[in-house]
Amino acid sequence: MEIVGINQISPDQVIIWSYGFITLNVTILYTWLVMAILVFVSWLATRNISSEMNVSRWQHFLEVVISIIRGEISEMTKKDADKYVPLIGTLFLFICTCNVLVIVPGFVAPTSSITTTASLALCVFIAVPYYGISRNGLFHYLKEYFQPNFIFFPFHVMGEISRTLALTVRLFGNIMSHEKVIGILLAVTPLLFPVVMQALGLLIGVIQAYIFAILSMVYIASAVSAEEEHHVHVEVKQKILQLNNFFKEEFLWII
Amino acid sequence: MDNLSIIAMASIFAAGLTIAIGSVGPALGMGRAIQQALAAIAQQPDERNSLTRTLFVGLAMIESIAIYCFVISMIVIFANPFWGHFIKAGG
Repeated sequence: MEIVGINQISPDQVIIWSYGFITLNVTILYTWLVMAILVFVSWLATRNISSEMNVSRWQHFLEVVISIIRGEISEMTKKDADKYVPLIGTLFLFICTCNVLVIVPGFVAPTSSITTTASLALCVFIAVPYYGISRNGLFHYLKEYFQPNFIFFPFHVMGEISRTLALTVRLFGNIMSHEKVIGILLAVTPLLFPVVMQALGLLIGVIQAYIFAILSMVYIASAVSAEEEHHVHVEVKQKILQLNNFFKEEFLWII
Repeated sequence: MDNLSIIAMASIFAAGLTIAIGSVGPALGMGRAIQQALAAIAQQPDERNSLTRTLFVGLAMIESIAIYCFVISMIVIFANPFWGHFIKAGG
């Protein structure tokens, strides 16, 4: 069952239904499907949620997933992981579900379209200044753009834009290239080898979801923790001064 | 040879050359990164989590360069802008 042809680079080009200027293409349809699956599973898991000793299987599953995500985030930010779990966890779960469901025949991953990945990367692009400003205030956030001096302002801006582009193209390129490789292999060696490549594709999909989430967390953490590093520097300087004084007091009499 | 076949020939040639040359650098870079990371993990197994995460992030950064080349070669083959232009101009 082939929905997106081998000579079509994006599932946006396959239009299922159109009425006037409203068009429904494959990307939007399968994005809705993935959203419905995620919402349904979450509803199923949290339907009769309990803090007793015996919890349901679904609740166990969801607790394991959430605690892994929280653990990863708190390792990177060192504290208040709960603020970032909703955004990063949603990004990870959505991309991971999209990439893993590829093994279902007839499913086209929404992440193999550049529009989906671009919108996900735009979410990160907006989330970085949001968390930065809400943590450090507008002035301190903008001050980071002029470090170490004002000449670096255009480079900081270019860095912001180019890393958003890199997030977009990385996810899109990986998933799209894998689909094309499977399509070409089906034409060349039909029976067994594509299965092996699809198993590899599951690994690639999960790793790419992980990398997307980790990279967006790195970007947000760099905007948030810039101010704290300053405090750390001050603390370290004070410590060194104290040590200096201590050594002077202790060893001056020797000299 | 007319314009269309020249464009087709140049596109196929350029696409192959793009991915061939473009994957050499990232491959060498990823090899070096993994080599260093394995050495570091062997020396300090306690820091494995942090090292693995940093390795994955770094590999993603390096790999994206190869992915750029791949996307460009796909655009040249499947969504070539000059192709459509000359087909329209030729009628």
